[in-house]
Amino acid sequence: MSVPTDLRYTRDHEWVRIDGDEATVGITQYAADQLGDIVFVELPDAGRTLETAKSFGVVESVKAVSDLFAPVGGEVVATNDALSSGPELVNSDPYGEGWMVRIRVEEAADLNDLLDAEAYDALVAAG
Amino acid sequence: MSVTGPRLQPTIFELGRDGRGGGKIPHPPADALDRLPADARRSRPPAIPAMNEPDVVRHYVNLSQLNFAVDTGFYPLGSCTMKFNPKLNEWAARLSGFADLHPMAPDEVAQGTLELLWELEEALAEISGMQAVTLQPAAGAQGELTGILMIRAYHSERGDTGRTEVLVPDSSHGTNPATASMAGYTTITIPSASDGGVDVDAFTAALGPRTAAVMITNPSTVGLFESRIGELLEAVHAAGALAYMDGANLNAIMGRFKPGEAGFDVMHFNVHKTFSTPHGGGGPGAGPVGVGDHLLPYLPTPRVLRADDGGYRLERPDERPRSIGRMRSFVGNTGVLVRAYAYIRAHGAAGLREVSDDAVLAANYLKHRLADAYDIPFDRPCKHEFVASAATIKRETGVRTLDIAKRLIDFGFHPPTIYFPLIVEEGMLIEPTETESVETLDAFADTLIAIAGEAASDPELVRSAPHTAPVKRLDEATAARHPNLRWRPMAGAETPCPD
Amino acid sequence: MPYGPHTSADRERMLAAIGIDSIDDLFADIPEALRASPLDLPPPQPELELASRLTQLAARNRTDLVSFLGAGVYRHWSPPAVDQLLLRGEWYTAYTPYQPEVSQGTLQSIYEYESLMAELVDLDVVSASHYDGAAATAEAALMTCRATRRERVLISRGVHPQYRATVATYFEGGLQLDEIPLVAEGAAAGTTDLDALEAMLADPANPVAGVVAANPDFLGLLEPMPRIAELAHAAGALFVAVVEPVSLAVLAPPGSYGADIAAGEGQPLGIAPQYGGPFLGILAATEALTRQIPGRLVGMTTDLDGQRAFVMTMRAREQDIRRDKAASNICTNQALLALAASIYLATIGPHGLRDVAAMGAARAAELESSLAAIGVRRVHAGPYLNEFAVGVRDARAVHRRLLDRGFLAGLALADAEPDDPTLADALLLCATEVTTSADIAAFVAALEETMKESAPPLVTAAEGGPR
Repeated sequence: MSVPTDLRYTRDHEWVRIDGDEATVGITQYAADQLGDIVFVELPDAGRTLETAKSFGVVESVKAVSDLFAPVGGEVVATNDALSSGPELVNSDPYGEGWMVRIRVEEAADLNDLLDAEAYDALVAAG
Repeated sequence: MSVTGPRLQPTIFELGRDGRGGGKIPHPPADALDRLPADARRSRPPAIPAMNEPDVVRHYVNLSQLNFAVDTGFYPLGSCTMKFNPKLNEWAARLSGFADLHPMAPDEVAQGTLELLWELEEALAEISGMQAVTLQPAAGAQGELTGILMIRAYHSERGDTGRTEVLVPDSSHGTNPATASMAGYTTITIPSASDGGVDVDAFTAALGPRTAAVMITNPSTVGLFESRIGELLEAVHAAGALAYMDGANLNAIMGRFKPGEAGFDVMHFNVHKTFSTPHGGGGPGAGPVGVGDHLLPYLPTPRVLRADDGGYRLERPDERPRSIGRMRSFVGNTGVLVRAYAYIRAHGAAGLREVSDDAVLAANYLKHRLADAYDIPFDRPCKHEFVASAATIKRETGVRTLDIAKRLIDFGFHPPTIYFPLIVEEGMLIEPTETESVETLDAFADTLIAIAGEAASDPELVRSAPHTAPVKRLDEATAARHPNLRWRPMAGAETPCPD
Repeated sequence: MPYGPHTSADRERMLAAIGIDSIDDLFADIPEALRASPLDLPPPQPELELASRLTQLAARNRTDLVSFLGAGVYRHWSPPAVDQLLLRGEWYTAYTPYQPEVSQGTLQSIYEYESLMAELVDLDVVSASHYDGAAATAEAALMTCRATRRERVLISRGVHPQYRATVATYFEGGLQLDEIPLVAEGAAAGTTDLDALEAMLADPANPVAGVVAANPDFLGLLEPMPRIAELAHAAGALFVAVVEPVSLAVLAPPGSYGADIAAGEGQPLGIAPQYGGPFLGILAATEALTRQIPGRLVGMTTDLDGQRAFVMTMRAREQDIRRDKAASNICTNQALLALAASIYLATIGPHGLRDVAAMGAARAAELESSLAAIGVRRVHAGPYLNEFAVGVRDARAVHRRLLDRGFLAGLALADAEPDDPTLADALLLCATEVTTSADIAAFVAALEETMKESAPPLVTAAEGGPR
């Protein structure tokens, strides 16, 4: 499997796209495949402040549930409303229309702890 | 099964026709409701379908034939104890004296039921080695909540308020951690040992002044007796915590192990498992709870008491001032408890011990029969159920446990519990129970072995199963993403009813 | 063992296959020190003797009394079709429909139940069932806390006292439950005190998650539900209506007056009193609260061939998947009773259900006027459907003496509400379609004689005087 090289990753299978002081977060194709058909995504309200590595939401498939962990701390500036009526976007386009939250980064140093694509690929390959 | 095989049915909403039905009760006077204020009245009647009785009967008989049940075949659903439900018990529960008795009728007109309940409490206390039993909880999960709330009351009355955690193994039933949360506790999940059981050392290490309780299923959810349970219970008590036993697997150990004697402080019974009250398509059950001495004051009210004159009565709330209170209305699922009572009286002590012996024998026999075709992750004598796994089959053929479960349906068997407990890859939890003949066990084993062969020779046949059921596999993703949870006329227009 | 199939030859064969000599070998893993003491239970009874014992026990219950007792559990005519259909083994010996391909019967029946209840309560999402009305009410109260992220619920004292006690137990985990008093006197006596409610809702430091009120209330009275809903919503709280399902054939349903959640006891829908259960906890909510409703849900979908089919859905909310983060720990539910309620509704039909409710109202009015003729009057002034309280001096003793005459004179309210002085000498009486005019006449005559026996003349609330 190869993953987008312009993103950073957590060991919990979230991806992060950095754009200035904002970070867009979703879950990886691998995570979406492991969960199976995703049926519900519970996201925080805009304005809430997330802490690095703390749970900020939940993603549900037909028969599994998984916490979402914040790759980086900061205030939620937007959530992907399209997921409430179309959670399947996480399966079909995890790195694009299946994005979940956009965060204004407050702890930029935390970004250094994230994996690059190569390291994430290796993590997934190791199972 | 009918001559042509069961067929999907229209909903009752598609069967109703205005003008049908009637004749059940006398017509009330036309002005019966005139005295009610207009704004309290319903303006639009509920859209209940109007049907005549023959159509109702045919609808529900035809629908019933779409179900698999213990009465139609082997139902080895692990953790659920799908044993035969004696017909005598259904008859007994319907005797007018039991069925028509109002729960707020005075004690003096309810002596028969009160005596039965009192004797049942005594019997359950004896079977479990507990000091006393409440029959009030409506189900195992409500029994768990009852037990954990009593533990909470115990600690709190002692001023021991720093205890905020409940320890559960990762192999536990989901009800255990969910119960701990409902009772205001934080769940600490302890990974299982490599033999699938409780990791006693990990538990002991996690115990401390914050531990309110541990919740243990014994035999465990993989069907193994926790041999180091004595050691664990000592450590729990040394830490000032209490031990809850999930009694879901009591069917394995009657007459062999009494949790109360061993040192558990509180446990629940699932009478719809161990004592053969029917499962009803999901319920009702009943979840009596037994306690040791130190939790007696906290039992829910009311309890059934026997007076010196041999009569029976319900306790008044002021007689148990430290009680956690009520778990539900009235005394319990009495109709279910009548069945459990009949079951226990039909067996007696030797019979109940034989129930457990035969349940354990059947499980070990079946495990032995399957050992060549399936992985057996924990290969030592099991109790009333065991885990088999299709992990090797999946690696070699791509066929998963889910596929094998669906294929069993084609051969007339209900699938085992699959993917539980969560700690076993591609697991199937198989519980044959004591009421299945050796011929049935052999037929089931032969079938599972044959399906393992199909997985190698024709994997697609297994992956696309079931082939003979009334429906194929379902679109569960759409059902959850865009839920349709009630009938609306438009829904009928979109998905025409089956012919 | 009466229901086991194994012959000694069968057991020998299984032991030999496993390679052991004795069943005891399979229990060798129970440490010696922990092995059970011998079981001490009454000896087993053959079916004939056991049947006789059960018959004797049942006969010791007096179900022959002419009863005016309701108080949350109501006697109705249940067409025999209901119970005969329930007795099909395909229904009662199946379990939770985990395998939808072989459970379409149960699944469709639950979908039909959800749809029928949605019609009755006029709300869109109905749980597949809870244990009983009290537990459903407790779950409803917990839902309001989850949905609003607040921790305080107000419950009217007009809600059944056992339901209030149950909610209080469920709140032991750290939530706050406060009781709203009832109006003590006047036209609204016995219904929720709206001024008190408004004051309780006004505390900004202690915001309210939910308000719970019953209609009819425990005393049989109709509550101002639309007004309670308004007050709750104005304070940002949700409104839980506790309802009796038969009454909903004629009374305004929760959805019509803005209730967010409905809870109630489904027993009146064809289910026998059974000394308290198994019953049917009804729990329903608006679509906005779909994710908050605990317990199973069944939805319509299609199979791979495009055929319409039914399946348990939104499963990841439940305890077996979400574990400590689940909305509730409920697992086993009351599916068979939900089926009973559905068959009852289908058999009795929409007009039949209205007739059941209206006939109860008619009989209750007849009872009220017959009692008034002997000077026994209602305690409260407000409208009722088919249950009401009457003032009877020395009510407990009168109730007891009427048992000897063959009558169950409802409920002595002092037993149920010992803290309420207005109910110290009152009987709660109910009538349904099974109550006959002859029953009423005989009961009123017996009551009159019983009261004459207890020397002091009757003094009712309506006449004033000491109580």
